[in-house]
Amino acid sequence: MSEWDELVNYFRGRSMWMLHYCTGCGAIELPPTMTSRWDMERFGIIPMATPRQADILLITGYLSIKTLKRVVYTYEQMSAPKWVLGFGSCTINGGIYWDSYGVIQNLDKYIPVDLYIAGCMPRPEAILDAFGKLKKMVQKGEAKGYEKYIKNYDWYKANQDRVFRRTEPVLRKAEEVTKSA
Amino acid sequence: MIVLLKLIQGIGAGALSISIGLLFVGIGRKITARIHRRYGPPFVQNFIDLFKLLSKKSISHGFTFDLGLIAGFSALLAAVVFLPMGQINIFPHNSSLIMILYLMTMAYLGMAMGVSSSGNPNATVGIARALTLTMGYEVPFAAVIFSVYLFAHTGSLTNIVAAQSGGFMNWNLVKLPFGFVAAEIALQGMLGEAPFDMAIAPAEIASGPMVEMGGKYLGFGMLQHSIGLFLETGIMVDLFLGGGSNVWIFVIKQFELYFLALLVNAIFPRFKIEDGVSFMWKVPLLLGIVQALIVVL
Repeated sequence: MSEWDELVNYFRGRSMWMLHYCTGCGAIELPPTMTSRWDMERFGIIPMATPRQADILLITGYLSIKTLKRVVYTYEQMSAPKWVLGFGSCTINGGIYWDSYGVIQNLDKYIPVDLYIAGCMPRPEAILDAFGKLKKMVQKGEAKGYEKYIKNYDWYKANQDRVFRRTEPVLRKAEEVTKSA
Repeated sequence: MIVLLKLIQGIGAGALSISIGLLFVGIGRKITARIHRRYGPPFVQNFIDLFKLLSKKSISHGFTFDLGLIAGFSALLAAVVFLPMGQINIFPHNSSLIMILYLMTMAYLGMAMGVSSSGNPNATVGIARALTLTMGYEVPFAAVIFSVYLFAHTGSLTNIVAAQSGGFMNWNLVKLPFGFVAAEIALQGMLGEAPFDMAIAPAEIASGPMVEMGGKYLGFGMLQHSIGLFLETGIMVDLFLGGGSNVWIFVIKQFELYFLALLVNAIFPRFKIEDGVSFMWKVPLLLGIVQALIVVL
């Protein structure tokens, strides 16, 4: 890693803008993390409104197959370098939805996760700890999930397509029914 | 030779306005944090953010998108060159206030052209709100400028500053108090701080004009915001606070105005756009007209 890259990585670690994709119950832990009790802005982390502006994608909790589709769109709209934080046990192994037909179990199969925060729910301290860990990883140049995604795109795409096929309607389309009758 | 000198001075003025504007926003974030009883980011955070944004990969939305943003940025840079800043006055015979206001509106129009070509409906709604609000605050501000012109018998910022020299009691702030209050409310709208921040409402329209801007484009947006901040507070200092004997006093006076705007910003919620415009056309416009009548009669 050249000296210029080290400098760039240092500043990237000091200024990480976050897009929180709040589908699950984990969203409730974020307002205290942002506001005066835990104040994550002192580490240069602020919530952003759109994927274009963000560096971190924070997935709080479970993802049903339909919301996974939106998360993949969102992830692909973000501009590199970008990092994904999996929040809560739902993103690790499905959590309490471990045997659900409509919820994905391992987020890492569909988009590259740089860091997981274990727990159900993780407290704001755990979230801030994870941001600190991610900052160190970024500054050392270890968090390279976005490059992994480009390199192994076929594998990720195949996994995504396998679950997206399940969102297709079970009943046959009307014209097919009339054709067969 | 003199052209080269003016060119270098112009580039210097642009660099000064960018760095002072970025520093102001950084200190402003710290102050807002303290009002919220938070610790807040370091005051150089804004420079770090800018460096990071310029180092990111970014996605363009076509030629018009690029052109609009560059046009807005360069219009503001051109306006800063004509602003008298303390002893720095690059064109002392040419600092017409009307021209500076014209270039500032050009900046808004350039940005409108750029962001609406991105095709995102949130961006279109945001820029429509920004232009509607421009219509709202420019009417009272025009009334204030009218009374300042009548009072000073000149249209040049250099002469307006010169007329206020010689101590606190000669400032237009003391001579034209109603006009100052009206212009202060209009300044709140110009800066886009609450309660007039409906154009960049993050929760309703996903930060409005900036919605499709990422990476280097957002970096340019930040630069544009910082120059705009410097320019708008600078005009107010020249009009009402007597300019400055040197550039540092000028900057301190600018910061006082920005600090006042921050305090209001930290405690107020947002107006709806129609409420914001109707407020602008009632209270500050009335104050501006009262001031103009006082000056005339």
